[in-house]
Amino acid sequence: MATFYYPCPRLQSAERDVSSFKLAERDVSSFKLAGRVFFLLLFLFTKRKRRERGFEMTLMVGSLQLGLIYGLLALGIYITFRILGIPDLTADGSFTLGMSVSAAMTVLQTADGTVLSLPGLGIFLAFLAGMAAGAVTGCLQTKLGIHPILSGILTMSGLYTVNLLILGSRSNVSLINGVGLFDSLNLMLGGDVDKNLIRTVIPVLFCVAAFLILSWFFRTHLGLCIRATGNNEDMVTASSINVDAMKITAIAIANGCVALSGAVLAQYQGYADLSSGTGTVVVGLASVIIGEVFFGKRSVVIGFASAITGAVIYRFLIALALKIDGFPAYALKLVSAVIVIIALSIPTVQAKLRFARQKREAKQHA
Amino acid sequence: MLDITGASKTFLQGTVNEHVALNRLDLHLDAGEFVTIVGSNGAGKSTLFNAIGGTFYLDSGRISLESRDITYLTEHKRAAFIGRIFQDPVKGTAPDMTIEENLSLAYNRRKLFGLNMGVQKKDVVFFREQLSQFGMGLEDRMKHKVGLLSGGQRQALTLLMATIAGPRLLLLDEHTAALDPAAAEKVMAITRDIVSREKLTTMMITHNIRSALRTGTRTIMLEDGKVILDISGKEREEMTVSRLMELYSHKANKTLDNDRMLLTKDENGQ
Ligand SMILES: Nc1ncnc2c1ncn2[C@@H]1O[C@H](COP(=O)(O)OP(=O)(O)O)[C@@H](O)[C@H]1O
Ligand SMILES: [Mg+2]
Repeated sequence: MATFYYPCPRLQSAERDVSSFKLAERDVSSFKLAGRVFFLLLFLFTKRKRRERGFEMTLMVGSLQLGLIYGLLALGIYITFRILGIPDLTADGSFTLGMSVSAAMTVLQTADGTVLSLPGLGIFLAFLAGMAAGAVTGCLQTKLGIHPILSGILTMSGLYTVNLLILGSRSNVSLINGVGLFDSLNLMLGGDVDKNLIRTVIPVLFCVAAFLILSWFFRTHLGLCIRATGNNEDMVTASSINVDAMKITAIAIANGCVALSGAVLAQYQGYADLSSGTGTVVVGLASVIIGEVFFGKRSVVIGFASAITGAVIYRFLIALALKIDGFPAYALKLVSAVIVIIALSIPTVQAKLRFARQKREAKQHA
Repeated sequence: MLDITGASKTFLQGTVNEHVALNRLDLHLDAGEFVTIVGSNGAGKSTLFNAIGGTFYLDSGRISLESRDITYLTEHKRAAFIGRIFQDPVKGTAPDMTIEENLSLAYNRRKLFGLNMGVQKKDVVFFREQLSQFGMGLEDRMKHKVGLLSGGQRQALTLLMATIAGPRLLLLDEHTAALDPAAAEKVMAITRDIVSREKLTTMMITHNIRSALRTGTRTIMLEDGKVILDISGKEREEMTVSRLMELYSHKANKTLDNDRMLLTKDENGQ
């Protein structure tokens, strides 16, 4: 540890305490992490009957695949919610936007009536479209001074029309007539690769790429500026950085990730559905929060890994919940909302409990 | 260097709480001057700094820096050549980011859309060298989050961040007022050091009249949004705290009740 030449010895020791406390906390949390993973795996693998194992594995793999796709969404939500500190409701719209663009580009109608499939380009355009949607929300917040929540709602609402337009006034578009991303990769590799393997590999690739790019980006100068904007706007302005530009950039990147998630999901499930964006924000938040339960709040890079992991665990939990007899699939959104409410209210509830204890003790001493 | 002419600012215009914070204020600074600013609470000292720094625009009047008119330049653009430090140590740094990240941000200003690494190795060497001059051990904690630092350490770091990119003007708004006496003394020493080494044109607001007279090259007193006293050179050298207080009540009493004065605040304890 560094020697302090600080003139106030009282402060000096207090600081030492703080840093050693932090260290201890980190040790405990990695211990906890190991414990939690262990119990989760134990729970998932041992308590099941042997004859169900085949079914179990499909379910697990399916959850992993979906979880990774939703991991892209969680990355986007992590950027706005945790790095920027702004709850952004655009995601409900930009998720569907990504789906729509991706689907539309897969079943393009040419002039002579044949179908043209450009899923790769579609996914790229979906990402750009998501960024544009995020930039609109960012401009509403900063340039026009509209409340951040309302800005998101306005963009989301407007996107409904845009999405309907992209899908050709249909609320549901199937990719059955086109060649989707998963099929075209299979064809490229000769056509006889295990389908399920491809359905795992593509989400993994997207997640790894997004994770690496974002981890790099948030360590560049621009990335530091964005992180500082979420941390202390005054300091950012004092460093001659345009706070508005940083917010717009960050919200744009976040919604690019969200749209990317929707775009890959459309390819994965083979259709785009106009209503599937509803509750996206809550799902993303739940994923980020679940990730933090396991990883804690540390650096941005760990935060990204934690968000993806959270999304995967969230899918596992849902798969488990759906196995409970009498648990209807439509209850999922309510469950997600409750998860988010509980997680977000923990600090307040803890403070209230502490205060209640303090009052009780004061009474006893009086 | 800095020219302020006819600066006026009225808050909450047209309401019962309407308040004239700057009242056709004129001020000229030469390059290299170190001006200390005193005045009672609500005299308009911080408002003057906010106007210079661009937190808001003047209702009327003009501000120019090095013969460039900056009256309507946005705050973040002014920050490229005006360094500012506030009373609250929390205001100047990003607590969840490390010391080297904070310094890099301040150092790389104007490099706006850089996709090169935010923290450059060669810069860190320079940062460490600068920090080591504070004698606070901060140079060995480059990867520590700033939120773990004490108020004095943070304010020293903010001082470095505000001056590291070579500002033309430095504005210090009671930047030691929230610190304990030992830390305040230390930060003041660092301030004097940096200002004289970098030959910075500086304005410093302080509640402590003794420190105002002892630090810098010129002292001005603000009251009701106007400069009511401006001393430098021999006159300032011969000025005592009690004489200044006398002058203050003499000049301010014409317009103001005594009970708003807080000029004596820091003198009592020492
Ligand atoms: N943003 C603001 N809105 C309304 N009134 C303000 C604002 N900023 C300052 N004032 C008022 O202007 C007067 C001068 O404030 P200030 O410049 O902060 O005084 P000080 O000399 O103590 O730094 C005070 O009466 C204050 O209440
Ligand atoms: Mg003030």
